[in-house]
Amino acid sequence: MPPPELGSRPPPWFVRRRYGVGYRPLAWQGWAIAGLLVAATIVALAVVHASTARIVIVLALVGVYTAVGWRLSGKRPDEPEDVEEAPGLAAREPVERTPEQVAAIAQLRAEASAPTPRRGPAGDDAIIVEGLTKRFGERVALGEVSFSVGWGEVFGFLGPNGAGKTTTVRTLGTLIAPTAGSAVVAGIPLTPDNAVAIRSRIAIMPEAPGLYPRLTVAENLEFFAALYGLADVGARIEQALATVNLVERADDPCGSLSKGLKQRVAIARALLSDPRVLFLDEPTSGLDPVASREVHELIAALRQRGVTIFLTTHRLEEAERMCDRVAILNTTLRTVGRPDELRERVFACSLAVTTVAPLEAPERVFAGVPGVDGWHPDGAGGYELTVSDPRAAAPALTRALVAAGADVVSIGERRHSLEDVYLELIDEDVEARRP
Amino acid sequence: MSIDPGRVRAVFRKELRQFRRNRAIVVTMGILPVLFLTGPMISIFSQTASSSSSTVRGVVASALLLMLIVPVILPAAISAYSVVGERDQGTLEPLLTTPVSRGELMLGKGSAAVLPAVAVTYVLYAAFVVAVRLWAAHAVFSDVWQAPQILVEVLFAPLLATWSVCVGMAISVRSADVRVAQQLSTLASLPPLGLALLITFRVIAPTVLSAVAIGLAFVLLDCLACWGAAMMLDRERLIVGRRAPRHERTRGA
Repeated sequence: MPPPELGSRPPPWFVRRRYGVGYRPLAWQGWAIAGLLVAATIVALAVVHASTARIVIVLALVGVYTAVGWRLSGKRPDEPEDVEEAPGLAAREPVERTPEQVAAIAQLRAEASAPTPRRGPAGDDAIIVEGLTKRFGERVALGEVSFSVGWGEVFGFLGPNGAGKTTTVRTLGTLIAPTAGSAVVAGIPLTPDNAVAIRSRIAIMPEAPGLYPRLTVAENLEFFAALYGLADVGARIEQALATVNLVERADDPCGSLSKGLKQRVAIARALLSDPRVLFLDEPTSGLDPVASREVHELIAALRQRGVTIFLTTHRLEEAERMCDRVAILNTTLRTVGRPDELRERVFACSLAVTTVAPLEAPERVFAGVPGVDGWHPDGAGGYELTVSDPRAAAPALTRALVAAGADVVSIGERRHSLEDVYLELIDEDVEARRP
Repeated sequence: MSIDPGRVRAVFRKELRQFRRNRAIVVTMGILPVLFLTGPMISIFSQTASSSSSTVRGVVASALLLMLIVPVILPAAISAYSVVGERDQGTLEPLLTTPVSRGELMLGKGSAAVLPAVAVTYVLYAAFVVAVRLWAAHAVFSDVWQAPQILVEVLFAPLLATWSVCVGMAISVRSADVRVAQQLSTLASLPPLGLALLITFRVIAPTVLSAVAIGLAFVLLDCLACWGAAMMLDRERLIVGRRAPRHERTRGA
C-alpha cells in the first residue's frame, strides 16, 4: 500500500461564516450550487413580474441555499484545533493509522536514518572555492577566499557578524554573483548557465525558516517539491517529514508551529530534493537547548547518510562537535582545518601547574626542567608552562617541583577549545584594525 | 529562457491558496466590484425612455469605465504584495534557492493575480448586461449591447490587468514596505485607463477597428511592462537590494 497522501483531506462544500450568519461555499461543488441558485434567481426575476411572487421566490431560494449550506457544511481542512497555541508533539492525540500506514512510516524512518554511500565523483570535492571575492560598491564583503569541502564532509564556517558567511552561502547558492574568483558547487562550475543545475543539486536552509504561514506543513512542502520538479511527491514529503519526526503535523498550518518545529519543517524542505550539498545557515539560531539538540541529531543523521553539509554558525561548541573541519572567516579566510589541528596550529602546547602556595623562586625551578620553553604565572599558586612535548616534560617537572619542596595540587596539559582559537584569531584582526 | 509549466502551475496554485486563506484579500475582491456595480446601476435605472440620448450615453460610458477600473485596481494590490510580501515573511530567499526561473516566478504570480481579477470583471459585466436587459430602459440596453462596447470590455480587461500586475510587481521588487508598494502600484496602474476612457466616452468613435487598435496599443504597453518587471526580478537585487554590475553577472547567479 502506498504511503498515505498528505494534505489531501477534501474540503467540505460549505462552511459556516466566521463573521455574520449563514454558510458560504468552500469547495467547487459549493460554488456550483451557489451559482445555480443565483442563476435561478435571475431567471425567476426575469420571468415572473408580480412583486409579491418575486419576493416569495427570492426568499424561497435563500431558504434553499441556507438549508443546503447547513446540510453540506463542515470544518475547513486548514482549520487548526488551536491556531495560537498548538500543542507539542507529546501533548497531541495520536493520529489513528492503519497497520500498513504505521509500517510504511517505520520503513521510511529506517531508510532515512540508514547510512548510504557518499556520492560524487571519487577524488573530486563537493565544493571548491578559489579566490572568491564579493564587493558591494566599495565595501568588501568577502575577500579572496579559497577552500574546498569533500563529499560527505560536515564543514563548519565560523565568523563574527558581518564576516561574510551568509554572502559566501548566497554566492555558492547562485543567489548573488561573485565579483572575482571561481567556484565549483556540487561538482558543477559556478556560472550563470549552470545556476539552475546547481540549484537542483543543492539545498539552502537560510537562518529564518521562511515558511508560508497560511499553508499547512504538507502544502509548503508540496509547493517546494513542485518547484524541484520531483516525482512521487506524497512519498517524498512523507519521508522528509519522517526524518524530522513531523508526520503527524503535516496538516497543521505553519503559522501555528513553534520556532523549533518551523526549523524542522525547513530542514524537511531542504531534504525534499535529496540534495548532494546542504547549506545550513545558522540552523540553531534562536532555538532553545532542546530544539538545538534535535537539530544537531538531524545533522548527525544526515552525515550518516553521506550528505555534504556546509554549516555556518556562531556557536563554536556546535561546530567543534558537529564538524569534520572548520574555516574561520573574517571577510578574508583566517584558517581552515580540523578543530584539533587548529588548536595545535594556533596555540603552543602547555602544562598547567597548581601548587598550594606560590613558589619562592619559580624561575629557578622551571629553568632546570628539560623541554620547558617558557612560563608565566596564572593566578595564586598557578603557572602555565610552554612545552614542546607535554608527555615528556610533565614527569621531569613533577620531580623538579617535589625537589624544590613545593606542595603540588595538580599538573595537567592545558587543552584549548575551538572558542580559544576563534577568539585568538578574531582578536588579532581587531588588534590589526586598531589605529 | 525555458519555462517549465509545472513550476508556473506550482507558483500559481500556491498564490491562490494564500489568497483564499487571507480574508482581507477575498473580502476586498468581493466588495469592491459590488460597489462598482451598484453605483452605475442606480444611475442607469433612473433613466427613463424620455431621457436624452447624450445623458444615456454619459451614464453608460461611466458605468463601462467603472467596469474597467476593476481589473486595474484588484490585481494592483495583490501584485504589489507579491515580492515585498514574500520578503517580509522571510519566504523569498528559500523560494529563490530553488530552480524556479524569474520567468516562471513572474508567470505564476502574475497569472494568479490577473485571472481572478479578469474573472470577477467578466462576471460583473455579465451581471450588468443582464440587469440592464431585464430592468433598464430599452435605449440604455441598446447603448450597452453594441459589438465595440462588448469588445472593449472583453478585450481590455485582461490587457489592463496584465499592465497592472507587471507594474505592481516591478514596484514590489523595489519597495521595502508593503503599504508603500500597494499605494504606488495602484497609482501607477491607472494611466492606461486614459486610453480606455477615450473609447468609452466616444472621444474616439467606438468601432471594432478602434477597439482593436487600442487593444494593440495595450499589448505593446504590456510587453514593455512585462519585460521591465522580468528584468527587475533579478535574484541579487531581490536578496541584497541592488543588481550586480554587468561584469559580475557573467560570473554566476
